[in-house]
Amino acid sequence: MTIRFADVQVGDSIPDLAKPPIDRTQLALFAGASGDHNPIHLDDEQARSGGLPGVIAHGMLSMAFLGQVLTGWVPQSAIRSFSARFTAMAFPGDTITCKGVVTAKTQENGENVVDLDLAAVNQDGKQTLAGSARIALPA
Amino acid sequence: MAVKDIVGKVFDPFSIEVEKGRVAFFARSIGASDPIHFSEAAARAAGHRGIVAPPTFGFTIAMDANQSFMVLDQLGIDKTRTVHGEQEFIYHDDICAGDTITGQQTVAESYDKKGGALTFIVTKTEIKNQLGSHVCDLRTVIVVRNG
Repeated sequence: MTIRFADVQVGDSIPDLAKPPIDRTQLALFAGASGDHNPIHLDDEQARSGGLPGVIAHGMLSMAFLGQVLTGWVPQSAIRSFSARFTAMAFPGDTITCKGVVTAKTQENGENVVDLDLAAVNQDGKQTLAGSARIALPA
Repeated sequence: MAVKDIVGKVFDPFSIEVEKGRVAFFARSIGASDPIHFSEAAARAAGHRGIVAPPTFGFTIAMDANQSFMVLDQLGIDKTRTVHGEQEFIYHDDICAGDTITGQQTVAESYDKKGGALTFIVTKTEIKNQLGSHVCDLRTVIVVRNG
């Protein structure tokens, strides 16, 4: 179903995306796939020597999940901008749910655009990522 | 080099070829199953030039070009003491399998928080493709945990 500008109102939530739990295999694969080989995502010993409790998930893995809450709602070609602030660490075993809410409707460069506030939260309801996006929609 | 001395530094341009298998591997690793990341026909049907990379792939191009770690290496900062603080993408065009992406990173600013316990380094990178199209602007914030 095509989402149209006229059908979207400020305050609307977009459908949540619940991801399966993050595991160490996913971190290893994402390290290879994303090119981020920082050992804090792979090796407990090195993560601890860097002052962390153990390996942490890549922030960009959670941001990639957040991208999927957008592409679950609109085609990828509609995304004009996308940003995220990593507010808390995510760890192996965490289950991340991604959410979005419409905060503004406006025009930019002759397009109808909506702005969204985005959030990734873990299984305890703690926010791990605060994001925003601008999406172009057909009239 | 001290952090304040690296602000304003413009790094050498980089060039990265986007391979079809890498786009598929990246998509699988994040659990993205949309066929636009795997199938030329599906991507074209969705209006893309070719198999399109997921929205956050631009950062992977920068990582492949060693852009973030190069900043830390120049500063002599151990990367296990850093985390990614923020990431922004402003999109102008797709990143497609088969593209050659070029870019150049600038260190935009740095600042301390928590009485110097944390140092923030902000970089900006503009990327283009082989067609001369402006593809994406990246803004990256790296947080260094000092002490």
